Amino acid sequence: MAKLEERQALPEEDLRDFFREMLLIRRFEEKVEERFRAGELPGFLHVAIGQEAVAVGVCRALEERDVMASTHRAHGHTLARGTPPNALMAELYGKVEGCSRGYGGSMHLYDVERGNLGANAVVGGGLPGIVGAALAFKLRGEDRVALAFFGDGATNIGTFHESLNLAQLWGVPAVFVCEDNHWAESTPASQHLPIRDLEQRAVAYGMESTKVDGQDVEAVYGATAQALEHARSGRGPFFLLCETYRLVGHYVGDPQVYRPKDELARLRETEDPIDKLRERLGLSDEEVEEVDREVTGIVETSVEFAKNGTDPEPGDALKNVYA
Amino acid sequence: MPELSYREAVRDALATAMRRDDEVFVMGEDIAEMGGSMGVTQGMLDEFGPERVRNTPISEMALVGAGIGAAMQGMRPVVEVMYEDFLTLACEQIVNQAAKHRYMSGGQVKVPLTVRTQGGAGWSPGAQHAQQLEAWFVHVPGLKVVFASTPADVRGLLYTSIYDDNPVVFFEHRTLYGIKEEVPDELEPIELGKARVHREGEDVTVVATGRLVHEALRAAEEAEGEGVSVEVVDPRTLQPLDEETLVASVKKTNRCVVAHEAVTRMGFGAEVAAVLQHQAFDWLDAPIERVGARFTPLPFAPVMEEWVVPHAADVLEAIRRTVGRNGH
Repeated sequence: MAKLEERQALPEEDLRDFFREMLLIRRFEEKVEERFRAGELPGFLHVAIGQEAVAVGVCRALEERDVMASTHRAHGHTLARGTPPNALMAELYGKVEGCSRGYGGSMHLYDVERGNLGANAVVGGGLPGIVGAALAFKLRGEDRVALAFFGDGATNIGTFHESLNLAQLWGVPAVFVCEDNHWAESTPASQHLPIRDLEQRAVAYGMESTKVDGQDVEAVYGATAQALEHARSGRGPFFLLCETYRLVGHYVGDPQVYRPKDELARLRETEDPIDKLRERLGLSDEEVEEVDREVTGIVETSVEFAKNGTDPEPGDALKNVYA
Repeated sequence: MPELSYREAVRDALATAMRRDDEVFVMGEDIAEMGGSMGVTQGMLDEFGPERVRNTPISEMALVGAGIGAAMQGMRPVVEVMYEDFLTLACEQIVNQAAKHRYMSGGQVKVPLTVRTQGGAGWSPGAQHAQQLEAWFVHVPGLKVVFASTPADVRGLLYTSIYDDNPVVFFEHRTLYGIKEEVPDELEPIELGKARVHREGEDVTVVATGRLVHEALRAAEEAEGEGVSVEVVDPRTLQPLDEETLVASVKKTNRCVVAHEAVTRMGFGAEVAAVLQHQAFDWLDAPIERVGARFTPLPFAPVMEEWVVPHAADVLEAIRRTVGRNGH
């Protein structure tokens, strides 16, 4: 196992910026839940409430030239990677101004200019592509890293195993970020994982790994920076296990009949990454309210932007099938 | 003009692209030292080295997916899937990822990936090493599908596929690797979506793919002895499909047989028949005949295998049926 070297404390200014970003994601996701329940958003949605520290900690550690692939629970990653909230919300409303021009939706968010190669609605579906992107960087001698997000549930699917194996075999600059939120949709880890320690998955392929508290954004940032450095310096891929908590259902509207009733209330008390960072920074109520007002305003604006967006022509469905 | 075998022609297309362009590389199982299970990549390791002639683990999903990822970065990978039966293992990546990244992103990315594979019966490998699954992939918007039947075609079409900005599933036929044909001195790319008229005729059009092109040509010669003039057309590209050439041919001959080695049910011939009956209905003098494998997995015993898949005699019978219906 790679040992976390002594972590350099991040400047408070950076942490305050992380706080703002995490709160923006939280307010965005809450708004998405609200607008979905109001019947305004088509399709179905997975929000990342509770997992904001992973999104922000990982994405802020990436260099602009790096690339990433996300999952069905992609709003947080996408915002943290720099996609404007307006473009993301417009996508959720199916508008031309959306980050995937209305062709993708919540589970297929792309922003290639910002190194976001796409959220993937097939569990584990994006991992092989990240190995390929990393292979391209290696073959071209480019100083870039490709990073994949996925959940604990994805560690049971073939693409995960084939991808880790291939990445390690070829020593490509890839980072695999497992967001272990302990639930594969409605199935608890006890029913889908025969091992408790998911780092063993990486050990099986001879891959360096580390485990980090996914509710501590500073720790996630530090561990990601080390993982990226490992990959960038030619030492091959890295497996980063982030222990995190989904403080909501699998999808918006999920009654969570499978989850112990007190679990959510307890986790919201003890494992909210935003509360933790607030405490770490010692922010006053006034300071928090000020940030909250700002990000809430941004989110409100994004809804207005999206609602005033342009519907695609139905016939536009025939575009973009082939290059 | 030099003569190349189908195998050499595939290799020449790969090598020509790789000499021209560092962004092209090949990967697959056993393709390096061994030169591929069909010998296609023999000698390429020596010329291009192990970075560009990459041996891979037996991991079709990751291998095709890695090709997708490299393609999305602008490289032009050619992934060899040893047998097309094993495309089933990579279907998720081909169908959900390669075919859809461009679409789902609203046109932000291209996936210039070529997946080469081969299949075909005639050597008793049994049910899991000789299927003809090309029709499956024609059913997926976002993919292009090529099935080359001669050395000149495979050379020109593969080169074009590598330089196409879309994912191409490229089918080769196992029993054709040894056949020879004169090819242009310099590789001439062949446009996707253009059929090849192998033989002109007046009475019946046979639309055939893969091995059945050669069976159809044999059947056409026999038919000629019976006074029936047969036109043999190979679409070569199944998606996009050169409907114009097929329709024009049938408007001239007024009869059509579609022939492929894949099972007849839901085979590519069904699509061709549908296109033709719609666009040339008033010109048809007989129902379109279909020739394909019987609806069964491929059996092992040579006598059964031989009976299941179609041959020239089956095409000839279909030709006779279609002209017979008009009083010939």
